[in-house]
Amino acid sequence: MNETLSPHPTRVAGVGGPVIELLNVSVAAGGRPDSAALEGIHWRVSAGDYWVVGGLPGSGKSDLLATLAGLYRPLSGTLKLFGSDVGALSEDDFMAARLRIGLVFEGGGRLFNQLAVAENVALPLRYHRGQTAVEAGERVKAILDATGLTPWAASTAGRINLARRQRVALARALAMSPEVLLLDNPLGGPGLPEARWWRDFLAQLASGHELLRGRPLTLVIACHDLRPWADQGKQFALLKQKRWLAVGGRADLTCGHEPLLHELLATEFGVGQPGGY
Amino acid sequence: METGGVTTNFPKSEGEPVSPSWWLRQLDAIGRNILHFVHTVEGLVAFALITLGVALTKFNASTRVIHPLVRAQIYRAGLRLLPMTSFLACALGLVIIGQMVALLTRVGAQNFAGTVMVTVVVRELGPLAAALLVLARAGAAYVIELGAARALGEVEALEALCIDPIHYLVLPRVVGLALAIFSLTVYFILVTLVSGYLFAFVQDVPLLPGDYFKQLAVALTWEDFALLAFKTCGFGIVIAVVTCYQGLAQPLQIEDVSGATTRAVVQSVVACVLLDVLFIVVYLVM
Repeated sequence: MNETLSPHPTRVAGVGGPVIELLNVSVAAGGRPDSAALEGIHWRVSAGDYWVVGGLPGSGKSDLLATLAGLYRPLSGTLKLFGSDVGALSEDDFMAARLRIGLVFEGGGRLFNQLAVAENVALPLRYHRGQTAVEAGERVKAILDATGLTPWAASTAGRINLARRQRVALARALAMSPEVLLLDNPLGGPGLPEARWWRDFLAQLASGHELLRGRPLTLVIACHDLRPWADQGKQFALLKQKRWLAVGGRADLTCGHEPLLHELLATEFGVGQPGGY
Repeated sequence: METGGVTTNFPKSEGEPVSPSWWLRQLDAIGRNILHFVHTVEGLVAFALITLGVALTKFNASTRVIHPLVRAQIYRAGLRLLPMTSFLACALGLVIIGQMVALLTRVGAQNFAGTVMVTVVVRELGPLAAALLVLARAGAAYVIELGAARALGEVEALEALCIDPIHYLVLPRVVGLALAIFSLTVYFILVTLVSGYLFAFVQDVPLLPGDYFKQLAVALTWEDFALLAFKTCGFGIVIAVVTCYQGLAQPLQIEDVSGATTRAVVQSVVACVLLDVLFIVVYLVM
């Protein structure tokens, strides 16, 4: 690994075709058009990638994921989703591209608190595919079974604990069988046993889960603690001072000289050693 | 003195000369209030137009999700308000209508009872009373619900799922409130007219039920039915748009909710009264 991390992604490009590409993109802070959280990002996410993007709190991780999910428009530069420049897409095509990307918010997943857990998961299926609750039920049951949420299917989302809320957010994001899953600090709240479950389940999704008919899911995880993902992620990057810095693969984690990399791998940010979750 | 965040600083005593700076401050305050008013109207009109656009473009979209939401809003703002509406309609029928019928009979003008009833109850009292009732029970709650949904990130979650928040959150409330106020108004009018006559009846007013309802039927014209439908639906749309706008327009903190709710209620009342004035003009022209 070089001493100075590269802002260009070519050296860690994945094996599949590009699903998300950023060319000199500036990311809006909080979606506001007058303030940039990140600038000059060149990045390519390819099918089958497992990206882990580290950064301190407030470094723009959530804004970056919101931009990748199509929630925020880039302030400048070109964002391509599945090969198409989003600036040139019609509203319908942009929506179709966004539906292929799932987003799991941090801190409880921003669930619809008045709805039951099963209703939260069923909502995108019912809204986009016009299914009745019964028609969506089979898919919802399969997702809830896979995520261990079946006992809470009828519970109101606002009344379950934080760890389960985060799982519901994951289940909801999986409902539409996305090709790319963006996760914003998924281990920000849950404790150690929950962290193990997340690592194992995401590894299954990355290698091909039956929920997605065995298709490997492309993952992008943003976090402020790299250690849980050090032995699982395939590509790593950092966000520092409004810049995007490619780290490389797993092997590059231990030999890098970037102080932030050591900070995000330090024990005080987490609960164990790399791979110890 | 602080009024609505604007410092007026009146002169301390009657004999004290008013400085030019005092007048400048008053002008400044007036200018700021006008700008705030224009900004609010601009926001409301833009929000209403966006809602209209979504209603037209997504009229048949996701009906299996949206229609149950509309029914839920009708239940919430309509059916659940039936007991309160009954109480209010009976009270107003007894207090106002009953006394009016008795008074008209005393001066020998009982033949005008139907005309007066239609003018007072059907055209004015019924729609306004139903609208204010719905505003108090459902409209104010919308501000709090949607403000909380915005603050907790539910709106962003909808967008992440490619679900239009206006389609999912606002449109069912607009349609539900319009239909609920229309239905409640019809119910309110019927109960008021019947309860009013009952009060007059127990006062031994020499007006037979048949004559009373015949007068009502004669006084009612087709314009009354059409304008009643337009007016009540208009009230529902106005209240829903204003309350949803105040709830969704900006992220609310807990301390902002009471202020936003008060603003929504005041703006809804003002908008409903202005709409009512418009309909009065239409009645006069017709």
